[in-house]
Amino acid sequence: MSGSFTTSAARNIFYGGTIFFFLMFLGLTYNTEQVLPKRDNRAALANPAVAAGKKLWETNNCIGCHTLLGEGAYFAPELGNVYKRRGGEFIKAWIKAQPTGAPGRRQMPQFNLTDKQLDELVAFFKYVGEIDTAKWPPNIEG
Amino acid sequence: MQFKSQAVSKPYFIAAIGLFVAQILFGLIMGLQYVMGDFLFPHIPFNVARMVHTNALIVWLLMGFMGAAYYLVPEESETELFSPKLAIALFWIFLVAAALTVVGYLLVPYATLAKMTGNDLLPTMGREFLEQPLITKIGIVVVALAFLFNITMTVLKGRKTAINTVLLVGLWGLAIFFLFSFYNPDNVVRDKFYWWWVVHLWVEGVWELILGAILAFVLIKVTGVDREVIEKWLYVIITLTLVTGIIGTGHHYYWIGTPEYWQWFGSIFSALEPIPFFAMTLFAFNMVNRRRREHPNKAATLWALGTGVMSFLGAGVWGFLHTLAPVNFYTHGTQITAAHGHMAFYGAYVMVVITMISYAMPLMRGRAANSNKAQVAEMWAFWLMTVSIVFITLFLTAAGILQVWLQRVSSTPMSFMDAQDQVSMFYWMREWAGVAFLVGLIVYIWSFFIPGEEKAKA
Repeated sequence: MSGSFTTSAARNIFYGGTIFFFLMFLGLTYNTEQVLPKRDNRAALANPAVAAGKKLWETNNCIGCHTLLGEGAYFAPELGNVYKRRGGEFIKAWIKAQPTGAPGRRQMPQFNLTDKQLDELVAFFKYVGEIDTAKWPPNIEG
Repeated sequence: MQFKSQAVSKPYFIAAIGLFVAQILFGLIMGLQYVMGDFLFPHIPFNVARMVHTNALIVWLLMGFMGAAYYLVPEESETELFSPKLAIALFWIFLVAAALTVVGYLLVPYATLAKMTGNDLLPTMGREFLEQPLITKIGIVVVALAFLFNITMTVLKGRKTAINTVLLVGLWGLAIFFLFSFYNPDNVVRDKFYWWWVVHLWVEGVWELILGAILAFVLIKVTGVDREVIEKWLYVIITLTLVTGIIGTGHHYYWIGTPEYWQWFGSIFSALEPIPFFAMTLFAFNMVNRRRREHPNKAATLWALGTGVMSFLGAGVWGFLHTLAPVNFYTHGTQITAAHGHMAFYGAYVMVVITMISYAMPLMRGRAANSNKAQVAEMWAFWLMTVSIVFITLFLTAAGILQVWLQRVSSTPMSFMDAQDQVSMFYWMREWAGVAFLVGLIVYIWSFFIPGEEKAKA
């Protein structure tokens, strides 16, 4: 570090650079919010079952094993596209049948969901599956 | 130790190490469940073990940061802590809240815990790393604000240095960005978008300021290099961090429904994110090479150098491996992500907290450094844990490459579980590396109980 480059110069570059790029980030965030209605399938949220399904997804900590659009734990399959991969009836039957109890296999707990709750969860998966994710995942297996 | 009130950091460091042990034990449970799926089921399902593993990590790092701040700020500010009593009270509140939360995870089904703790009032639970009940989250905010009050008042009444200023900016940023954990819109895309304002802007943003400040403090102490030089480095490093890291958030906005221009912003800026970590490595080695004194605490110096190297490898190199959008298209949400997460957290945050503990603990116990025998044990622990995390990372990377190939790239893609079966050998090797890590951690704890020689105070 040369003598002409002082600590206070370094400090000013830090604050200036941080403020500049944070403002740029806020600008991009604003623009993202403008573009999202075209991509995020928000029309589906008119159905209250979707929000109810999201809450079930959260309060049963599904993200603790599964990924949703690639985020979460990597212990169990991606569920962002599970509606496309399996269909609603399969999803409900699968959740009801857990745990399989197969020795040595990864086990999913029994969550004791009602039929109405299962429908809400399926509505949530259908909604997530129709978000424009720039063609991710690469194939149906997630 | 120059100021009596610095001693409040001791319980923080002890509790941090205790929670570190819990984190590793639950990590080993999860690692075994990857290959013996029904292990401990239904008593400790994977998702519960994972919550304990990740939440214990976050809480012990926060404990470590707070302990580091309580030690560092009085010395930098050249004044006693504003209120040592408040610091001790907050310690107990935070520890009890953390313990109750973990007990809740382990004893009550998560949905019941949500109901019991008022999640219906403001649903915030069930999102990765932010699983804590609403009351715990509020508790975290209260503790953080009272802690910041205490630290800020101390800095205000004393000397203002680059180190305590940067630390304060980092800690305030930590508290402010945590507030986004209370925002949980029904819209999944917006939920995910702002969730990253906590997670990314913490670990690839403000936490790096805290890291830089702690590292700079310890390097001044153990090398005796001029403050002027070290503070200049600190500003350069954190400038690079935030210039690349803020827009670098975009590398999480490729596939979650956000506009596709984020693939460009995210790729370009996050490709530059290794630079500040490389600068950190250069910084640590340069300062140690230019040292003006031979500090008797060799172990602390080793941890400081290790932080530079391992954060560059884990956060920098392993981050870069999968950060470019065309690569991330295939690797997103696979074991590659897990590999990066493990080495980055260890290399950056675990190591910097241990650096501070290694430097400060002997001083709080009345000696400049531990006995040679204790330091040798601590250095063994350093190598055991560090080499183990390298192997954990390599095995997870191998598992991830195979997983990507079988499940994502292949023209006849395998299902998730079929691909998992194919990579189980790597999961077994990861688990053994995890056992070696635990051995390292046991040696580390044992090193505290090896008697220290009486040496003159530093």
